[in-house]
Amino acid sequence: MDVVALSRLQFALTAMYHFLFVPLTLGLSLLIAIMESVYVMTGRTIWRDAVKFWGTLFGINFAMGVATGVTMEFQFGTNWAYYSHYVGDIFGAPLAIEGLMAFFLEATFVGLFFFGWKRLTKVQHLIVTWLVALGSNFSALWILVANSWMLNPVGARFNPQTMRMELTSFMEVLFNPVAQSKFVHTVSAGYVTGAMFVMSIGAYYILRNKHRDIARRSVTVAASFGLASALSVVVLGDESGYTAGQDQKMKIAAIEAMWETEPPPASFTLFGLPDQKAETTRYEVKLPWLLGLIATRSIDKPVAGIKDLVAQAEGRIRNGLPAYKWISNIGPGKADAVPVALEGSMRDLGYAFLLKRIRPDIENATEAEIAEAARSTVPDVPVLFWSFRVMVALGMYFIALFGVAFYLSSQRRCGQPWFLRLAMFSLPLPWVAAELGWIVAEYGRQPWIIDGVMPTFLGVSNVPASHVALSLGAFVAFYSALAVVDLVLIAKYVRLGPKAAPQPQPIGVGVAVPAE
Amino acid sequence: MFSYEVLRLIWWALLGVLLIGFAVMDGFDLGVAILTPFVGKTDTERRVALNTIGPVWEGNQVWFILGGGAVFAAWPPLYAASFSGFYLAMLLVLIGFILRPVALTFRGKSEAASWRAVWDGLFFISGLVPSLIFGVAFGNLLQGAPFHFDQTQQFIYDGTFLGLLNPFALLCGLVSVAMIVMQGASFLASKAQGVVAERARAYGSAAALVLVALFLAAGVWVAFGVDGYVIQGAVDGSGPSNPFLKTVTREPGGWLLNYRMIPVTLAEPLIAVAGAVGASIALRKGAARVALMLSSAGVAGVVATAGLSLFPFLLPSSTQPSQSLTVWDASSSQTTLSIMLVAVVIFLPIVLGYTAWVFHVLRGPVTEAAIERGDDYYY
Repeated sequence: MDVVALSRLQFALTAMYHFLFVPLTLGLSLLIAIMESVYVMTGRTIWRDAVKFWGTLFGINFAMGVATGVTMEFQFGTNWAYYSHYVGDIFGAPLAIEGLMAFFLEATFVGLFFFGWKRLTKVQHLIVTWLVALGSNFSALWILVANSWMLNPVGARFNPQTMRMELTSFMEVLFNPVAQSKFVHTVSAGYVTGAMFVMSIGAYYILRNKHRDIARRSVTVAASFGLASALSVVVLGDESGYTAGQDQKMKIAAIEAMWETEPPPASFTLFGLPDQKAETTRYEVKLPWLLGLIATRSIDKPVAGIKDLVAQAEGRIRNGLPAYKWISNIGPGKADAVPVALEGSMRDLGYAFLLKRIRPDIENATEAEIAEAARSTVPDVPVLFWSFRVMVALGMYFIALFGVAFYLSSQRRCGQPWFLRLAMFSLPLPWVAAELGWIVAEYGRQPWIIDGVMPTFLGVSNVPASHVALSLGAFVAFYSALAVVDLVLIAKYVRLGPKAAPQPQPIGVGVAVPAE
Repeated sequence: MFSYEVLRLIWWALLGVLLIGFAVMDGFDLGVAILTPFVGKTDTERRVALNTIGPVWEGNQVWFILGGGAVFAAWPPLYAASFSGFYLAMLLVLIGFILRPVALTFRGKSEAASWRAVWDGLFFISGLVPSLIFGVAFGNLLQGAPFHFDQTQQFIYDGTFLGLLNPFALLCGLVSVAMIVMQGASFLASKAQGVVAERARAYGSAAALVLVALFLAAGVWVAFGVDGYVIQGAVDGSGPSNPFLKTVTREPGGWLLNYRMIPVTLAEPLIAVAGAVGASIALRKGAARVALMLSSAGVAGVVATAGLSLFPFLLPSSTQPSQSLTVWDASSSQTTLSIMLVAVVIFLPIVLGYTAWVFHVLRGPVTEAAIERGDDYYY
């Protein structure tokens, strides 16, 4: 494998691994804050015990999230140096603001959550818990602002003096429509994960007839919170589809395995076997009108198919070549601005870069090479097709499961063994859905690292492949070992249950202990 | 608001503030990690050491993450060049920063002595390796790193990992380790009690003196054995961020020019030495809180000395000196620097405010008696 393949693999593995911990942090922090609010309002200590128990599991998960998150931020520099150089002016800002505004908040107060029980009043501690939850959600917001800029690069333009993209409007980056829908979709998915975690483990206790008091209360909270979140994921997941239709037509065409443009009203392919080589989908089962409604919010607009989009890409590659010729011939710092005649071409500079994968002197590219580069804009259709469908099916399942849970708990009939078993065995599913969502969003962005601006292969660092292979091997070995330890520990504390979990205590003596 | 030139200067100073914030705050976490096996002979003693940083390590680690984010946002070429150029060194740092929280969290989750011994060992490594590498990195900054840019500003590193581990860089690495141990020991001495605090005082006061000796040795080496870098001709402080537009030469003693031009900057190395000597004395006298303050000042002095010697260079190139990255040609655009400055002005005081409040709430010592009283310490 070359540096590009190795770097992509390493980024994908470390990001997906990090994303095992993030959704649970998002969901569990909020659930814990809700439970503690109930404790403070009712004064019943059973709720405090519940908070402390879920807090212990949260602590293990949080440490893993912090630890693996460091890798993500630093990998842009280590493995994607040219990307960092080319767009750091825009992309770096939300990452830095995330640290300043969100991660500091979350990480500073999480210690007080564990160690502050006897040093703070009830209300003070509750505020600390809410600040942790708020911090993790802010954190997701800024990360998704950065991520969405890669999918829909607004508010930036190429500066020939510095040979990189530079920020023109921070407000456009911040209020990127993709960022807004992605944020709601992603945090809702996190809430579903947290709710499922609490409900499944609660169901396990009720089945074993252990810790019933805490378990029953936890299941009740998780059921209503989970139902609201599951509905929000799907409703606002649709919103993600809609913006993808505006900005990333190729992604939606690939998700649909839609080779030809669908005349209005576009139908949705429920099932089929996409064949990327033959550019066709066999055994299609189609639902009329649905895709048009999702992607264009209308029944009278067509949805572009892969073949037409490839033809458009070919035109844009040709259009971008004059801009490429111009930037490769101006001396360093010589040109103050892009000539007016080239502004249109400059918008397609990223498409011209696609040819770099095929030959270094792209201004001499042949017709066949331009066509090949255009074809490279098609992502991996079968993977996207199936990832999307399984994710959506899981989303529907979550609504049904939490709907049943909500109904049963409102009837005070949560004790049904069939339901408890179903809830228990559904534990891993939100993680499966979240990882598939990540695959659809990011693998579906390929071949772009920044949609239409920079192809992924161009963004890598100039490091030897052997170094990347070494780091990839180190991460795989190290992360696998940590995953085993993490799972063993979580399982251990789940088995031990609420009472045996180590309870935070005040440090030291002689300190005034507020009433609790 | 500000001219581009002034913004760049402000962001250079902020980079220093963040590095100092990191070295002071995360420094004592790293130092505690290195010192735990030495100040704690029994399990309880080790838990005392761990629990001194138990409630605050997460917040401290953010200084590291914010430092990375700020370099990315304000100095993208520096971020791209240093992180990819020092690839394997960064990998070791990253593994250290993953191991530390994990070791801290996992260690106490089983009673078995062998389990705890493994995590103790990893915890020690997670403190030592990053501390050493940060110093080694600064040593290489002062010597210049072998790199150049191609026509499209693709960064190309011409050196090797082993090339980083040259004698001068290793000396700087040891300066960094001594500094971190001093800081960790001062924190432990002020937060722990009994035998743990006693041992911390002994290690800390020794480390502070070692730091002074190594720091002065590195200073002499910089004056006589390491060529500095000097920009030739006029510099346009508001020019484009493009490292191709200047001429740089290497000159013996070049890193001392700033001190010669503005003698008041000599305060930085003086603070470094005075802080460390003061911390050593204060630790010996048992004034741990004073020691922590003096040690923090010493840490700030060491970091500021390195930064000030390099100014205006951020990352000099030893193979193509004229393509070195400097404050004037490796920053973000004026727009980005302005927006980021607004964010820092709003949020950094808030962060400092609530961090101070959290430390205030958590005031008071960690004692063996309290640890042994119950099984209810978090770590």
